[in-house]
Amino acid sequence: MPTLKRYRWPLRLERRQKPSTAMRIWCSPLAALAMLATGLLVFGALGKDPLAAFRVFFVEPLSSVYGVGELLLKATPLMLCALGLAISYRANVWNIGAEGQLTLGAITGGGVGLLYGNALGHWAQAAVLVCGVLGGMAWAAIPAVLRTRFRTSEIFVSLMLVYIAQLLLSYLVHGPWRDPAGQNFPQSQPLADNVLLPALLDGTRVNVGFILALLLAALSWWFGNTTAAGYRMRVGGLAPAAAAYAGISEQRNIWLALMISGGMAGLAGVCEVAGPIGMLQPIVSPGYGFAAIIVAFLGRLHPLGVVLASLLMSALYLGGESAQMELQLPASVSGLFQGALLFYLLAAELFIGYRLRRVHRAPVTPGAPPAVTPRAAAGGQSA
Amino acid sequence: MVAAKRCRTVARVQCGHGVAMSGVPAHGYSADEYNFQEGELMNPVTSSVAPRLALRGISKRYASVIANDRVDLTVAGGEIHALLGENGAGKSTLMKIVYGVTQPDAGTIEWEGTAVNIRSPAQARRLGIGMVFQHFSIFETLTVAENIALALTERLPAATLAARIEEVSRRYGLPVDPNRLTHSMSVGERQRVEIVRCLLQSPRLLIMDEPTSVLTPQAVRVLFQTLRRLAGEGVSILYISHKLDEIRELCDVATILRNGRVSGTAIPREHSNTSLARMMVGAELKECTLEPRPPGPIRLELTNLSQATEDPFGTELQDINLRVCSGEIIGIAGVSGNGQKELLAAISGERLCAQRGALRLCGQDVARLDPAQRRILGLRFVPEERLGRGAVPGMSLADNCVLTGATAGLVQNGLVRGRAARAFARATIAEFAVKCDSELAPADSLSGGNLQKFIVGREIRLLPEVMLVAQPTWGVDVGASQLIRQALIDLRNAGVAVLVISEDLDELFQICDRLAVLARGRLSAAVPTAGLAVETVGVWMTGEFQGAGLAEQPADGVAAPPSAAGAEMAHADT
Repeated sequence: MPTLKRYRWPLRLERRQKPSTAMRIWCSPLAALAMLATGLLVFGALGKDPLAAFRVFFVEPLSSVYGVGELLLKATPLMLCALGLAISYRANVWNIGAEGQLTLGAITGGGVGLLYGNALGHWAQAAVLVCGVLGGMAWAAIPAVLRTRFRTSEIFVSLMLVYIAQLLLSYLVHGPWRDPAGQNFPQSQPLADNVLLPALLDGTRVNVGFILALLLAALSWWFGNTTAAGYRMRVGGLAPAAAAYAGISEQRNIWLALMISGGMAGLAGVCEVAGPIGMLQPIVSPGYGFAAIIVAFLGRLHPLGVVLASLLMSALYLGGESAQMELQLPASVSGLFQGALLFYLLAAELFIGYRLRRVHRAPVTPGAPPAVTPRAAAGGQSA
Repeated sequence: MVAAKRCRTVARVQCGHGVAMSGVPAHGYSADEYNFQEGELMNPVTSSVAPRLALRGISKRYASVIANDRVDLTVAGGEIHALLGENGAGKSTLMKIVYGVTQPDAGTIEWEGTAVNIRSPAQARRLGIGMVFQHFSIFETLTVAENIALALTERLPAATLAARIEEVSRRYGLPVDPNRLTHSMSVGERQRVEIVRCLLQSPRLLIMDEPTSVLTPQAVRVLFQTLRRLAGEGVSILYISHKLDEIRELCDVATILRNGRVSGTAIPREHSNTSLARMMVGAELKECTLEPRPPGPIRLELTNLSQATEDPFGTELQDINLRVCSGEIIGIAGVSGNGQKELLAAISGERLCAQRGALRLCGQDVARLDPAQRRILGLRFVPEERLGRGAVPGMSLADNCVLTGATAGLVQNGLVRGRAARAFARATIAEFAVKCDSELAPADSLSGGNLQKFIVGREIRLLPEVMLVAQPTWGVDVGASQLIRQALIDLRNAGVAVLVISEDLDELFQICDRLAVLARGRLSAAVPTAGLAVETVGVWMTGEFQGAGLAEQPADGVAAPPSAAGAEMAHADT
């Protein structure tokens, strides 16, 4: 009987005996490299010299003290949001709305600075930061209540609340908080000097928020590894049934995860308003809260990884701006890089648990074509 | 007789190549015999000469261990062949090789006289090899029928498939509802699905990995009849089990593995349990003994506990009464799916109880307390699922001690005491002879039996007042089972109240002072095991214990002090 030749893809995905440690470490760097390669190809396809474009994108923005300051400045909100999200995701609580919590932190912190800034005197900066944190927490409390009371998906609720927060901010700066002397621009009065966070270094705009972010990175490492609450959240994320068995309260984990991630996003928001922006305006973030999701995963939900990943993501933002100005590329080029990064990251993560195996063309065995042979033989014999 | 059988087979082959498969009964055998029309096909020429399956010199090495070392195994057509060995002896690896899950490093496989390379389970199934796994491969979000359809090579209309499932399950006494979602099923019910799934594929070699551990004695008998009938129809069966009695009753030949090598072949009927165990373990086994001992005060008391179920396929608990005293082991027998999951959740606190006073632990009403609070009162619990419930898969053994170790001071002032946890894990590993790299090895790197030893050890070392254990030795090898049972008996002798829920009747008879049966959400009286007939328990398992009385009274009179006095004593005790 002639066998039909079927083309078989020579590679097959095979589950590894054990997850690969090497891939676990290398998947983020690999994804970053693949993203760079894709970027070079895209630049080439757009008719730009890839190497020159590469320089404009990644080297020039960082070739001055000011540039490095900008890198740290933009890394700050990314780091703050992503650290909180990493803790939350480890507990299997999917807060997608850091952008909204960031916006609310900007509203509450900025609002307090705007309305009571002069009255607060020396305490203004601290008060404004605390209010920002509380604002972010309050916004994250909504998905927490709905999830724990009504089993609503925190993914959708937190995401929807992003748009509500943005519209709320827009209403405030178009309406009650608009600067009367602002020539009808939708923005608030500038914040008083005692509210603003001073720059760390002359000639840069990076402020105390960056130091706070680094401290919080250390703190979140400590929280996750040594505290009982961090342990309970990890168990809840890894094995919900084991958590129930041990009497770990799911509700408490959900609340904690959302309060931590919401509070840190709120802090990110107020650091923007009391830092580089210096006032309230309709848009206070170019999507830091969403990019932080990528940062959290790129950092493999580990605080140190998150610190490094936020620097990379920040470099992408800077490179995108520089590419717009010098290469006349569209603003969406940053988004393209972010998307490519997430895509490659997810692809690379697959290889932690799986590997590609070459399948050789199977030698002729009775099993390879559906088992006709023995039966046919038997039939032949009896006939 | 054999010749006649062969003729029939040939006739059927002709029939298969013609058109009228449905006309089979016209050949002169009953519809009952006709169910494995494809599976029982034998090659009339080769079957007399070549065995159904022959493994020669199979070796398989993993990174650090040699799982199989030059293993030879020959299974004749229609033979029931036992594969005996402790956990880690290499049985699973060998079966994975036969079923095409992994490939051997060396050696050959011959299938009905032809050398084959089995590269995938799909190919193994096409050859006619079916396997019932010990760890089930069932998609929880799908129904029984959908799960089975996934494994079938042919596409059948849903109604036909459901009918076939019902037919096979009725024929072999394995009741399953094809339209039920599998996520709500107990381990025992899932195994039934696996067996039915396999039988539907009409295999010529059926590999069964501990199939009876979840069946009632009557159902085991039915299954054995089934297996014998299959063997009679020419299907070979590779039967993996630790239950030596069963192997001696059922199997024609046994191949015994130890440390990856064949340590002997035997005709099990001609051996005693002891001699088989010696071949398997390489050393003499101690029997555990249960010295009679007067029970102490009541530690765990369930009074008229009724609980509706949240799960549409769960079992409602009805009017459960049970008292477990200090210094006794009470066993709860029954086929899983009869309320075991619900009863465990109610006692452990994973599901809170609405009735105040229905559940008392050491004299205190714990109906509204969560599992952690019940632990503070002295409850320890070994759940049925080891990985994912009793232990967190990705975490180290040391971290897994923290899971329940708060009472042992592994958590203090809101901080995890990492060093104490590691010391606790090391001591547990040493005391219970857990085979692992170190206390930092992730829980999912341990074999099932070793992980069970670790979890049982952890809970015992947390000094229980009341010990609740579900399926203590399910899938655990003989040596480890013995160790776990002895540990439970030691606990009892030290005055702990032990409640064991198990489907292994032999085990319950071996270690329990009293035995109750859970059937359809109701619990029988707990009666002393001494003088209790296995058959009686078997009848009770079907829910027929009305005559025996639902209340505790008859048993209480014998084994436990009256309730009021017991409560007083318990109060005095705490």
